[in-house]
Amino acid sequence: MQYTNPTRLDESVYDDDVVRMFFGATVLWGVVGMLVGVVIALQLAWWPANLGLPWTTFGRLRPLHTNAVIFAFAGNICFAGIYYSMQRLLKTRMWNDMLSRLHFWGWQLIIVLAAVSLPLGMTQSKEYAELAWPIDVLITVIWVVFAVNFFGTLATRKVKHIYVAIWFYISFVITIAVLHIVNSLAIPATLFRSYPLYSGMTDALVQWWYGHNAVGFFLTTPFLGLMYYFLPRAAERPVYSYRLSIVHFWALVFLYIWTGPHHLLYSALPDWAQTLGMIFSIMLLAPSWGGMLNGLLTLRGAWNRVRTDPVLKFFVVAVSFYGMATFEGPMMAIRSVNGLAHFTNWVIGHVHSGALGWVGMMTFGTLYWLAPRLWRRDLAYPNMATTHFWLATIGIVLYTVSMWAAGLMEGLMWRAVNDQGLLASPAFMDIVNRLDPFYWMRLLGGALYLSGALMMSWNFIRTIVASRSGIRAPSAAAAVS
Amino acid sequence: MAHTQASSHQKFHRRVLESKAGLFTIVTTLAISVGGIVEIVPMFTVTAGPERPDWVSPYTPLEVAGRDIYIREGCYVCHSQWVRPMRAELLRYGEWSRAGEYRYDRPFLLGSRRIGPDLHRVGGKYPDAWHYEHMRDPRSTTAGSIMPPYPWLLERTMSVEDVTASVRALRAVGSPYSDQDVANVQAIIRMQADGVVQRLAQAGIQTEPDREIVALIAYLQRLGRDGRRAIEQGLTSPTEAAR
Repeated sequence: MQYTNPTRLDESVYDDDVVRMFFGATVLWGVVGMLVGVVIALQLAWWPANLGLPWTTFGRLRPLHTNAVIFAFAGNICFAGIYYSMQRLLKTRMWNDMLSRLHFWGWQLIIVLAAVSLPLGMTQSKEYAELAWPIDVLITVIWVVFAVNFFGTLATRKVKHIYVAIWFYISFVITIAVLHIVNSLAIPATLFRSYPLYSGMTDALVQWWYGHNAVGFFLTTPFLGLMYYFLPRAAERPVYSYRLSIVHFWALVFLYIWTGPHHLLYSALPDWAQTLGMIFSIMLLAPSWGGMLNGLLTLRGAWNRVRTDPVLKFFVVAVSFYGMATFEGPMMAIRSVNGLAHFTNWVIGHVHSGALGWVGMMTFGTLYWLAPRLWRRDLAYPNMATTHFWLATIGIVLYTVSMWAAGLMEGLMWRAVNDQGLLASPAFMDIVNRLDPFYWMRLLGGALYLSGALMMSWNFIRTIVASRSGIRAPSAAAAVS
Repeated sequence: MAHTQASSHQKFHRRVLESKAGLFTIVTTLAISVGGIVEIVPMFTVTAGPERPDWVSPYTPLEVAGRDIYIREGCYVCHSQWVRPMRAELLRYGEWSRAGEYRYDRPFLLGSRRIGPDLHRVGGKYPDAWHYEHMRDPRSTTAGSIMPPYPWLLERTMSVEDVTASVRALRAVGSPYSDQDVANVQAIIRMQADGVVQRLAQAGIQTEPDREIVALIAYLQRLGRDGRRAIEQGLTSPTEAAR
């Protein structure tokens, strides 16, 4: 991989220190979050891995895993990517360096507090919104800091036109604020315990309005923003269709917010709300695939480079998994399909084809593209990036295939009725114990994915250390001269 | 980027929206608000009917303490409280879950995954001693279980101040506890806890009424009971029955 050196002149104008900080945090928390994922995967295959301690049981570590990979791993790369691309797209430094740092350290403090409080059992139990109310307050404050800096930068931009990546960033900043505040409203009982303003099915609806749009506006729109900036830059091709980007942006942000009730199909939620959730989920297929097609077609004329460039490899697989997961999602939101899939490992497989496939691979591609530019140094081990790509891809396949199989089997066995009209498998444990081989296969997939991430970390550490030693690699030296 | 043959709509989008950050943000905010408003607001306008039945009572202070433990240990991560209206689920778990049964559930605990079985109809299904042994060693009651043991629940004690704080906060958000309820939390807990302790003693298990396991058992035995009684007595609404 040979890199030119476009950031050299930028350094005086742009604040890349904060990008490097978020970059490092992404790698660190990514490894931690995936490691916890592997541990809880082991716990399902082999229960003694719960270790007999209150703070290491599955019930406490699973929320730690989801929070770490969503808000720490994915969150930090969104911020790194936004700070890097926004300054360049708007030809201006971030509005306020102090706010950028406050955002960084505040966000890391939130992550550390989560890593301590969740194993201690301090939880509100709402998925991806588990953190105790004082941490919720801190999240709100830090998000406002980020938003002020973000809109301050937009207001002081040197380029009038706002590029499509930034539309997606805007929807991220606004929607996450709305979702977080509305879903977190609660009355404190003690310093770490609170009770929500909503009860019963209303609480469930508010939570899944939040929960599914955390997927939509934390794991989708900012990553589409990253796709619109980093994929064309890596491919050195313009975005395929400007018209498509307009249509799919507005359709996506409008439709996504309606889809939450598909998490409550066949529940006591009013039927009309369930049906709306299902219909909008199916409609969401169109704008999702609009984004996928715009990403893949941007590679027209650059496909030969996918063979050699690991960054493009990661991006192609990421966008492909985005397309696959956003096809699978609407299918699973159909009431009758959901009746089979809900509560099963199929949902876990679906989530991970989005999380490992789309979010993870977009993140790795962006990190590999950024590293040589942020540290002005070729990657220490370029071939290792390709090995990482294959480990991750094989890991995802093992993970999703095993969870599909496990989920279908569970769903079918739960509902199977024999000739006498009785349950074919009346003992729940008979079904649980059949899942063992799939849990081991999933563990292997997850471990492969983690080992790839560890390789990446080593690669970056060596690259950064080499850049600090001052001895330049031949190709980087050539680029400077 | 590729916008050579722009239509008039595109020209409008490019000239107006894409150059005015404030306007773009406002339009985005409107776009993301519609769905939530349409779906969520009607839930607050309901003041009667199946969502607000009178046959369901709020959790007792001991059950509140048990529910807090259920949340702390992440029981909801592996167990749902949501029986769906499907033949196999009725056979496996019992009556499907009615909206009104969740009336005092703050937070809701429907769950999203069944690593273990649903618990919405578990109340009264097993004796108290079964739950005690199951928490101490899940494999002593359920061969092949993959649930971790929770022996610390048998040792740890709950604090009355803590439970009182929870009852107060729940009252502040709308659960109908009286002043007397709040003032007598300790006595109310003791009365119910003594019952659990006695039933455990009859099975040969010695424990104290302030142990966390006692609260958790009280909560688990409560699950689904109001709903089941109401369904048996025909108190659930006709529209629900017809579904």
